[in-house]
Amino acid sequence: MAAITENDGLMRAADGTPLKQALARATRMNKARAFLLTTPLLAFILVTFILPIGMMLFRSIEAPEVSEAFPKTVAILEQWDGVGQPSEEIYASLAAEMADPENRFKLGKAGTRLNYIESGFRSLMNKTVRRIKRVDAGPYKEAFIKIDKRWGETDTWKIIRLAGDPYTYRAYLNALDLTQAPDGNIVAQPEIKQIYVTLFERTIFVSIGVTIACIALAYPISYLLATLPSGTSNLLMIFVLLPFWTSLLVRTTSWIVLLQTNGVINDILVSLGIVGTDDRIQMIYNMTGTFIAMTHILLPFMVLPLYSVMKTIPRDHMRAARSLGANPAIAFGRIYLPQTIPGVGAGSILVFILAIGYYITPALVGGQDGQLISNIIEYHMKKSLNWSLAAALGGILLAGVLALYWLYNRIVGISNMKLG
Amino acid sequence: MAALPSYAGPLERFWYYAFRVLCGSIFLFLIAPIIVMIPLSFNAEPYFTFTPEMLALKPEAFSMRWYQDILDNEQWLHSMKNSFIVGAAATFLATSLGTIAALGLSRSDMPYRTLIMGLLLSPMIVPLIITAAGLFFFYSSIGLAQTYTGLILAHTALGTPFVVITVTATLSGFDRNLIRASSSLGASPQRTFFKVILPLISPGVISGGLFAFVTSFDEVVVALFLAGFEQRTVPRQMWAGIREQISPTILAVATILVGISILLLATMEVLRRRSERLRGLSPN
Repeated sequence: MAAITENDGLMRAADGTPLKQALARATRMNKARAFLLTTPLLAFILVTFILPIGMMLFRSIEAPEVSEAFPKTVAILEQWDGVGQPSEEIYASLAAEMADPENRFKLGKAGTRLNYIESGFRSLMNKTVRRIKRVDAGPYKEAFIKIDKRWGETDTWKIIRLAGDPYTYRAYLNALDLTQAPDGNIVAQPEIKQIYVTLFERTIFVSIGVTIACIALAYPISYLLATLPSGTSNLLMIFVLLPFWTSLLVRTTSWIVLLQTNGVINDILVSLGIVGTDDRIQMIYNMTGTFIAMTHILLPFMVLPLYSVMKTIPRDHMRAARSLGANPAIAFGRIYLPQTIPGVGAGSILVFILAIGYYITPALVGGQDGQLISNIIEYHMKKSLNWSLAAALGGILLAGVLALYWLYNRIVGISNMKLG
Repeated sequence: MAALPSYAGPLERFWYYAFRVLCGSIFLFLIAPIIVMIPLSFNAEPYFTFTPEMLALKPEAFSMRWYQDILDNEQWLHSMKNSFIVGAAATFLATSLGTIAALGLSRSDMPYRTLIMGLLLSPMIVPLIITAAGLFFFYSSIGLAQTYTGLILAHTALGTPFVVITVTATLSGFDRNLIRASSSLGASPQRTFFKVILPLISPGVISGGLFAFVTSFDEVVVALFLAGFEQRTVPRQMWAGIREQISPTILAVATILVGISILLLATMEVLRRRSERLRGLSPN
């Protein structure tokens, strides 16, 4: 690539293009080559991971059931003024769509969707669908009201009109213990249905608690590991790495074994006479069990970053502080502690991110009051089958986690993430 | 925390020993749960506590019956086979994809590095329940739910971040002049990769692969949503065991798994030393 100078004064590459251009092209080629190497994995992750999650989250705003089952009725309802009872035309259209044999399978789904807004709607729908088929001719309004007087109420129709919108943010309202009144105003859920905000609060509270417990436990041992001679510290590191590499289920099981009412710890306490045989302590299948097991499982994630930061702090700093007259507490607080803050920060965000999405441990050792937000998402996914609500709860959780991920990137830099 | 300096006063002396006791109890907290179930898995009685006979170390209090139980149980054997099949396939895919991507990410001219890195590492960050729910709908819609393929692809996605992280970390100490030297001597890019780059970064690739394997081998949430009865892995089987009726067989399985983790830990340590030695060779 010998550059030759031509009479226009420009440096040129061997093929005659100006050197600047040739260089830009080479840089572009290099960039493309680097990017090309990442494309297989990027495509894989986009298709098999990010796309599915995006599609799942889309379910939180999707509610096509009512408009699919009653397209005509919904269309006419749009024009309705929302005062008193709707016209006979609307009743007739609903009766026709309920009796339509092609609609059979859609009616149940529409009933479920309406039931999310107003409980009792599913049974009202089922009852009406069964009986309205036997009504051959109008007036349908009287027939409907005869089946159930709720069909004469304005609110019933307002709810159908609300649910007729195929896209809605109602699941997010429900996830925040709010709901939409028939007239479209946002109001608080009835007291008995207000559980999700409490659950979010509990999840955040437990995660903060676990993070603090991890800092408190990880700090002394990381300090010890970082300051001991390398032979001893490598040996002691096994105590941190073995739990890290051990299956999560194994560790959860062993906490069940240890903490049960007839478990090892209670047995020891009884044989030492600290606790009577009859009042063994309930340490598992409640919040205590979740908290202890989660702290144990997440502790290595705090020790490892903290250790690697402490390892880089020169010993001389503390000696210098001491020799200048600082007592050990001041030397530690003013010299050592500030230098370990990056490690504490990195470890805390990591532990918090992992704790906030925890599912397995609360499900196994949490009992009733140790359940976290992930467990309720699983419940709505697999048991109650309210997928929009599951997706909305998941969406809120994911937003929180991604915000922390962004913060982690700002503070530590994701490229600096290290393992083991 | 070397030896106590000679000028230390009595308070400092006390603090020094108190600190060691504190650290000792934290280490005990970390390791006790893992140690305690090993002897219990040899319990002759179907209990989770040490019987008085066990504490007296009477030989008849110990037995291998729970291990025999695993060998006699078709479901446990099948789930172990599944775990190895899924784990091996997912590890192979994750390691190949992750290593190639890491080669690109560690080049200085990589465009949008942070964004792409963020996307590639997201499977590690997104709460597993959300991943599991998303993959459940996706794989159900394309007919891959309750198949080995679906489970393997899901575990591959979960394992790749670890490969990307470890291989990128290894490549950061890699001397790029070696690639130039290799090309200048006439080697093709493929030949350079297999003969020059791969041998030098192999500790990182293998430890990333081990992480990917452990991720799959230990994964239960996605398996709960995606695996049918036929694809039950060991964690899925353990989950059922813990939820339904917890028997000491679980402890025997757990002990075997701890044995596997000790093996993995030893392998990682050997690799770490090897990597440090290899790095010492390069001029950086």
